[in-house]
Amino acid sequence: MSPILEVNDLTVTFPGGIQAVRGVSYQVSRGEVLGIVGESGSGKSVTSLAVMGLLPKNAVISGSVRLHGRELLGMDEDELVRVRGKAISMIFQDPLSAFTPVYTIGDQLAEAVRIHQKVGKDKAFKRAIELLDLVGIPHPTVRAKAFPHEFSGGMRQRAMIAMAIANDPDLLICDEPTTALDVTIQAQILDVLKTAQRETGAGIVMITHDLGVIAGMADRVLVMYAGRPVEEGRVDDIYYRPRMPYTMGLLASIPRVDGAEGPLVPIEGAPPSPKNLPPGCPFAPRCPMRIDACEQEEPPLVTIGDGRHVACIRSREIEHKNLSSTDVYPVPVIPPSDIQRVPREQRAKVLELDNLVRHYPLMKGAVFKRRVGTVHAVDGISFDIVEGETLALVGESGCGKTTTLQQIMQLEPPQDGRIVVLGKDSAKLDKASRKALRRDLQIVFQDPMAALDPRMPVGDIVAEPLRAHGQKNVSAKVVELLELVGLAAEHAERYPQHFSGGQRQRIGIARALALEPKVLVLDEPVSALDVSIQAGVINLLEELKNRLGLSYLFVAHDLAVVRHLADRVAVMYLGRIAEIGTVENVYDRPAHPYTQALLSAIPLPDPEMERTRKRIILEGDLPSPADPPSGCRFRTRCPKFARLSEHERRRCVEEEPVVIKLANAVDHGAACHYAEEIEVIPASDDLEEK
Amino acid sequence: MRSKVVLARLVRNRQARYGSIALLLLVLLAYVGPFFGQYEWTDKDFMAFLSPPSADHWWGTTTIGQDMYAITLRGMQKSIIIGLLTALIATTLAAIVGAFAGYFGGWVDRVLMWGVDLLLVLPSFLIIAIVSPRLKNASWLWFVVLLAVFAWMITSRVVRSMTLSLREREYVQAARYMGIPQWKIIFRHVVPNLSSLLIIDATLNVSGAVIGEAALSFFGFGIQPPDVSLGTLIAEGARNATGYPWLFVFPSGMLVALVLSINLIGDGLRDALDPGSNT
Ligand code: SF4
Ligand code: SF4
Repeated sequence: MSPILEVNDLTVTFPGGIQAVRGVSYQVSRGEVLGIVGESGSGKSVTSLAVMGLLPKNAVISGSVRLHGRELLGMDEDELVRVRGKAISMIFQDPLSAFTPVYTIGDQLAEAVRIHQKVGKDKAFKRAIELLDLVGIPHPTVRAKAFPHEFSGGMRQRAMIAMAIANDPDLLICDEPTTALDVTIQAQILDVLKTAQRETGAGIVMITHDLGVIAGMADRVLVMYAGRPVEEGRVDDIYYRPRMPYTMGLLASIPRVDGAEGPLVPIEGAPPSPKNLPPGCPFAPRCPMRIDACEQEEPPLVTIGDGRHVACIRSREIEHKNLSSTDVYPVPVIPPSDIQRVPREQRAKVLELDNLVRHYPLMKGAVFKRRVGTVHAVDGISFDIVEGETLALVGESGCGKTTTLQQIMQLEPPQDGRIVVLGKDSAKLDKASRKALRRDLQIVFQDPMAALDPRMPVGDIVAEPLRAHGQKNVSAKVVELLELVGLAAEHAERYPQHFSGGQRQRIGIARALALEPKVLVLDEPVSALDVSIQAGVINLLEELKNRLGLSYLFVAHDLAVVRHLADRVAVMYLGRIAEIGTVENVYDRPAHPYTQALLSAIPLPDPEMERTRKRIILEGDLPSPADPPSGCRFRTRCPKFARLSEHERRRCVEEEPVVIKLANAVDHGAACHYAEEIEVIPASDDLEEK
Repeated sequence: MRSKVVLARLVRNRQARYGSIALLLLVLLAYVGPFFGQYEWTDKDFMAFLSPPSADHWWGTTTIGQDMYAITLRGMQKSIIIGLLTALIATTLAAIVGAFAGYFGGWVDRVLMWGVDLLLVLPSFLIIAIVSPRLKNASWLWFVVLLAVFAWMITSRVVRSMTLSLREREYVQAARYMGIPQWKIIFRHVVPNLSSLLIIDATLNVSGAVIGEAALSFFGFGIQPPDVSLGTLIAEGARNATGYPWLFVFPSGMLVALVLSINLIGDGLRDALDPGSNT
């Protein structure tokens, strides 16, 4: 079959000699899914923008992009719109930008249909409704009359897919289509994409940094690094038999929900800046297999075997010796902690939440504000953390985990319930003791750029908590802290923006550790970081915990990271705890239907398992926390509820379940009347070379 | 650490270096220059009215035979101090009031902004006109205060609105969770992040004060004859600028040089404080 799209030796150069893309070639045929993976700055998005002709005028593009054999580069604008518009559609990360806010979704879809097909208005609108139905929007006839802002994020993404397939395109380009979404919504969208592909038979180019998403979707994978493809091949080959150190490192550095034990394998350093690339292999500065020849010239992308291309001069050797990532990369050793040998009951409690409540008034009106309702952000949650333990608070956006964390950090009396930090009740603190308590309770924020004052040298940032608590000679301590988190003493004089994301997060951690706290609150500490950098920070957190005997309250939405880092986990849904227990219990034997859905929604970076896995796909979106459903809050989306008999359902509607310890478990509880443990993550025994 | 780093960057900054040298030279000229002239600023040469620059009167003379060189420098002494001091007071006031109002919000915000609005609607000229006769015999430094008091309100409103967004930043939150007192957070995290705006404002205020002072002096407040300032000299010289250009060119040239040097220093300082610039 002849390919739909053929890209040959594409290069994109931005003014100032920034080579964003340096020779990318690929083909996509009908019905085929090509995954392009890479970290931020690898040029993966710029490549697809160049293909779509969406780059700014000042970008210099060379090479060739052929659609059905016709060259697109250099074609004039009008013709391009005609040729491209019907044949290729694009799905972006942010669906809001794809719609005009002042027209209804239905009208915009009908419009899109009419541009390329000669049909009447009514017929086009009917087709729009069909499309909405196809992408799984409930009540499409009603919803077609809604405006874009009335849709939730997941619904908008569906509508965008509907728009993209309106004209039966031959090719769909999806640029991080699910990155901004929660996992259960992501599972829905990926499902819709698969349906859309089945319906239209289109080829898909899937661009993402998420190796799990690619594993489940793609037939072939292209790995990009520093603007160039470094490895290409069938999805199984790439995942099970990577032949290039970067790919190997990437696969070894992702934490997995199916719980491969042991420390992650980080890739040292950061990707090179496109302004000054190293002369030889761009990965050389970070490559553990580097030899002198690597630095002489950039290795070309050579074909090895059937449809596989690798750009590494030592790929044959890797092939030959059948090296795996653990042979190539040094596996970090994380010292075990002593405290973990003490049974949990004998350790002191460092943080205790008892029925914590936080409601916000919902106001309406610009001039005269009146209260129209109450947002039940946090509605009675309880948990505790003991010395040397990590408790993860997980849940999707809007579940109240961030509010919980703020309530703890403020150390103010809560609206209702109790917060006890290191045995001190936050309601009974005076000013001095509150300040003293802050020494022992520190926080690491999600966005490492926003959390560091851009106008402060790093030395001052790290020294700030020390000075605030009255320590005088801080410079020696600052150096010590910087070295503790893997930075150098001379970094103290630089500003945060001179550091990469991972390094900035390390600075944030150093600052949090300055006062030698006992409890560290981690607010999504790695979610803003690239995969290869994430692993290093996760390992650092683990090591620090063991070395310094810290306790972590870890807030995250990424369940894979949680599995890796946490001892216990609490799953939140709409301001309540749905399930709580040790990581092993909750992950391997989830008992609450929500946890089960959440875990089954997470894509595994393992093509084999992804193909055979059955997903529990949740219906609909999170209900508004201003108006939670009666009885069990999860019942509107609960797959189990749907299967219950009329009689059994009444209990879910009328009685709100509380967290009850499961019968035969030591540390495992779920808030469901009909909790039963099932296994949703396939057990993985051997990850490499299956 | 910050002051050390900023100082090092400031010293390395070329604009700041040239600006400081220029300002230093101007100050030297204003205070040491008169000793080299043949005339005192109070002298009147009845043999030379309105004579153009010559070997005797380097910068010419005025209608009443004063030596332009002597009185320009005398005026400059006043104007440098008035300009710098007014700018310093006005910008500091704007930063503090705006940042506190924006950071604390609530009643602090309402009270402070009420004050700002009041000052904005009051005709400042009228107030100065009423107050300054009472200050006739007081030190002319009061006059500086008066000028400054009416020059900061708009900036403080801008500062306030920028602070509103700054206070939501995570690093401010982080500082709060560290237990740092609020006022310290304002001076350490809020104001430095407004420095670009404040520096531009201060440099504009310098020239604004020198000119503003001239306008007031013209109406009989502020610097009174026989004493002079650059402002009064420029106002006077402007009337005869075409016929007797030296009356206008020298004082205004000095003002331009003064403002330029301040601008250079301001730019340098801004770059030194801004980690984004590579100087
Ligand atoms: S070419 Fe050399 S430096 Fe580059 S990936 Fe291969 S072994 Fe590593
Ligand atoms: S209580 Fe009922 S609705 Fe709630 S999770 Fe359990 S089965 Fe589902």
